[in-house]
Amino acid sequence: MAKKESTFLTMTLSLLVITLVAGLSLGFINDITKGPKAKAKLERKVKALKQVLPEFDNDVVNEVKLIQLENVKDSTEIYFATLNNVETGTAIVGSSEKGFSGLIKIMVGFNPDGTIKNISVLEQKETPGLGTKMKDDKFIKQYRGKNPSSFNLKATKDGGEIDALTGATITTRAFSEATQQAYDVFINEKN
Amino acid sequence: MAEKINQKQNFLKGIVKDNPVFVMLLGMCPTLGVTSSAFNGLGMGIATLFVLLMSNIVVSLIKSQIPSKVRIPAFIIIIASFVTIVEMVLEAFIPFLYEQLGIFIPLIVVNCLILGRAEAFASKNTLLSSIIDGIGMGIGFTIALTALGAVREILGNGSIFDLRFVSEDANTFILFILPPGAFIALAYLSLLFNKLTLKSN
Repeated sequence: MAKKESTFLTMTLSLLVITLVAGLSLGFINDITKGPKAKAKLERKVKALKQVLPEFDNDVVNEVKLIQLENVKDSTEIYFATLNNVETGTAIVGSSEKGFSGLIKIMVGFNPDGTIKNISVLEQKETPGLGTKMKDDKFIKQYRGKNPSSFNLKATKDGGEIDALTGATITTRAFSEATQQAYDVFINEKN
Repeated sequence: MAEKINQKQNFLKGIVKDNPVFVMLLGMCPTLGVTSSAFNGLGMGIATLFVLLMSNIVVSLIKSQIPSKVRIPAFIIIIASFVTIVEMVLEAFIPFLYEQLGIFIPLIVVNCLILGRAEAFASKNTLLSSIIDGIGMGIGFTIALTALGAVREILGNGSIFDLRFVSEDANTFILFILPPGAFIALAYLSLLFNKLTLKSN
């Protein structure tokens, strides 16, 4: 089998051709998957909104309010749900950079009186089987129906009232921080 | 390369004699990292199988065109491209699996199993042999990862493929879900595997 000789020309040419073909095919695939990727992301958002909000009949996804918080890179999204023009709840995206592997983004749904209706995880990179358990009902259950004005969202280890996930205290802390951030936004919006 | 390769043996060696995980101990990073549940192991195994097969095909096709001094960077570009493709396709069409495997998908690039097969096999053998080698090795890797994930999930979480067989509050060996459990489970599984295959030889 005759291998090509390694001269400067052949080496440069072959690497050039390979990177060119690789780049073109990646661009092509990116074009194909762009639509479905955005659709999947939107679907996830709609699903999350349905999970955390009480019944609503307005176009929640498009009536979003964006505000810019200090120390938060992306703008924070606030969704208002109404049923027959009466406010039924608010969903706020909270985030924390202090997860075990960085960013955790959650959506917290509040009842009009400030109690937490439900929480849904939007984005996370936690360890599978450990930190990812924050998505489980068993963990999120602890937050439901609680009003952060009288309920300390921190883990029991840090003097709060949330039982941390086994082996994933850092995840729990980040999750609580994100929830707190969402609540602070909620209070600011109320006033 | 005149010698004929027995294709059946070529296929089976990836699963038994040269099993990438239990015998060659290649690709330890994803092996230890993602196998906290059987489903994660299976998903990672299949993603790797695809990348391995595609990189073997391409490397085998262009092997005579790559000057040997730049073969490693060339292989890495090919592998990295396929990994990125897998990542984009998963995110677009199987978002559930993408969320589960998340950060581990880009790590397939540095899985030495794939580069190892490109360098040691596909760059020296025919297209057909390389395809069969890729599928065999990929299946061997998938089986090993699924088995390791299953053992860790059963012991550490009391469930298999997310089906719980103990009550919610039962105490399980959480150690096995944690990183040290991966090493312990892997060691015992390799021991068992090698004992069984040695006997059959």
